[in-house]
Amino acid sequence: MTALVSTPTLFGLTGAALVAIGLYGLIVHGDALRRILAFNILGGGIFLLFGVIARRGAGAGFGGDPVPQAMVITGIVVAFSATALAVALVRRLQALPPEPEDEAAPAAASTEHEEAA
Amino acid sequence: MTVLAAHASPLGLLLVLAVIVPLLGLAPLLLLKARPAERSALVFLAAGLAIVCALCFEVARSGAPLAYFLGGFKPPLGVGLRADGFSAFMLGVTAVVMVAAGLFAMTAPGADKPRMPLAFWMLLLGVWSALNLVYVADDLFALYVALELLTFAAVPLVCLDGRAQTIAAALQYLLFALFGSVLYLLGAALLYGTYGTLDILLLAQRAHGEPALLAALALMTAGMVAKAALFPFYLWLPAAHAGAPAAASAILSAVVVKAPIFLVVRFWYDIASPAQTAAVAPILAALGAGAVVLCGVFALRQARLKLLIAYSTAAQIGYLFLMFPLAAASAGAGVWGAIAWTGGALHLVSHALSKAAMFMAAGVIAETLGHDRIAQLSGIGRIVPISVFAFGLGGLSLMGLPPSGGFVAKVMLLTSAVQQGSWWIAVVILLGGLLAAGYVLRVLLPALQRPDGNLVPVPVARWREMVALALALGAVALGFVPLQPAAFLAIGRPASWDGAVP
Repeated sequence: MTALVSTPTLFGLTGAALVAIGLYGLIVHGDALRRILAFNILGGGIFLLFGVIARRGAGAGFGGDPVPQAMVITGIVVAFSATALAVALVRRLQALPPEPEDEAAPAAASTEHEEAA
Repeated sequence: MTVLAAHASPLGLLLVLAVIVPLLGLAPLLLLKARPAERSALVFLAAGLAIVCALCFEVARSGAPLAYFLGGFKPPLGVGLRADGFSAFMLGVTAVVMVAAGLFAMTAPGADKPRMPLAFWMLLLGVWSALNLVYVADDLFALYVALELLTFAAVPLVCLDGRAQTIAAALQYLLFALFGSVLYLLGAALLYGTYGTLDILLLAQRAHGEPALLAALALMTAGMVAKAALFPFYLWLPAAHAGAPAAASAILSAVVVKAPIFLVVRFWYDIASPAQTAAVAPILAALGAGAVVLCGVFALRQARLKLLIAYSTAAQIGYLFLMFPLAAASAGAGVWGAIAWTGGALHLVSHALSKAAMFMAAGVIAETLGHDRIAQLSGIGRIVPISVFAFGLGGLSLMGLPPSGGFVAKVMLLTSAVQQGSWWIAVVILLGGLLAAGYVLRVLLPALQRPDGNLVPVPVARWREMVALALALGAVALGFVPLQPAAFLAIGRPASWDGAVP
């Protein structure tokens, strides 16, 4: 292959970019739905990295190392369930009327800003 | 031929049982009606306690870690379960708090409707299974699954009552926890890519302080810090822990936040090189110091009793991170022999017991009064004296007054800080004690006053107060442990397995 960068490197860089975008979205946005989406983009980047690691570690005639591939499948299932749970909570929250509050409620979303990585 | 094979202990099956018995207990709950389901859950809680007791006894008797390989496949192919002294200790603390929470949440005999919804019992068993897996799994990916199970079981506990406010808190908790999980997974990906294994023992052999190791562990630690609600990430904790029902708050505050801290200890003392640990430990301690001071001050300013206790949890978590540089600095003499290490572990257990007791006492107080506003607590000591006593004893341990587990833990941490000349850690430990005294007395002083109006108490079951009192007395009894490094905690830790690993 005479490409400028090898395929695993290209995919690795793409994964890193997705992780960066997801991390940015998770930290900057206060809206729950946007943060759920950002979490999914971040997760997608990490799954891509697992794919790269699987490809790089391929040996003995395999197309890829099966261990990271198995982890990605588990990871996708977990991320899917997490998203479903989060969306269910968002929907329930929207269905409920806001209640009057007589206590100093702790800071709402959008305030996590330190040392993300 | 690996020496690891020799480590599969005859009683290793106990490790599997500790994880699956709570899960087995979950299954019948899906079929049973509320009352029988509750009894069934309690039976499984008792069974789980018996298994954990047997496991701890076996570790103490043999003086070696228990190990088990799933399906007989050894790492790197299979997944290993292992319980060393520290794991067994955490399993024991968790079991005690879980059973106490179950007894506290139990419906009084003769009551016409169950106290807690069926979901509570399912989640209780789910949380327990996930916690046990965190403590015994030796594979970073199994740990990832365990952490996610823990999140999925713990988040709904927050919003059991279904009010908009608690659902918002649960969502916030979930998003922080997921943020922590993905950072952990990213770190695990880097470790697998670099070393080709996720087994902690194998990683410890293959890793020799490479920069990739530092990057991966830093990512994973940041994730765990978000889950443990250490200082800059504490924002989700107060609303989540204060909004849950008392029995659930007790579990969340006493044991659930400790699981990520356990993993941080594993990362830096099992996998990282001593030089890396020594470099990172002061950062963790600085965050811990921030938690002790700032969250202590926030706790002083709360108007609600449960929020005050929740902020106190965020502050007390800080102490556990102060342990890192103290234990790392004595690495030459064997980290696990260090007095700071025993002090940190003792702080962990005494905080777990006292905080569970305080949340339960606060639950009883809130049930009696119908609210938990601190400004209107006066005279409550005459109505539910046992609960106020339990709250006070728990507070005694938080303040670090003798005789209590908190006192001994702080003495050990202070001794270690002074020995190493870490004056700033010593100052933070003392300041945290003063702040704790401030927020505990803010509640106790009005509670012991003469009531200013006609209080119309709602009767509460005496034995529920007794559960809180028993936990608080446990925290006090820890004040009588000897002031020396505990041998049990050192069982199977790296210092003692130099020759055991191939």
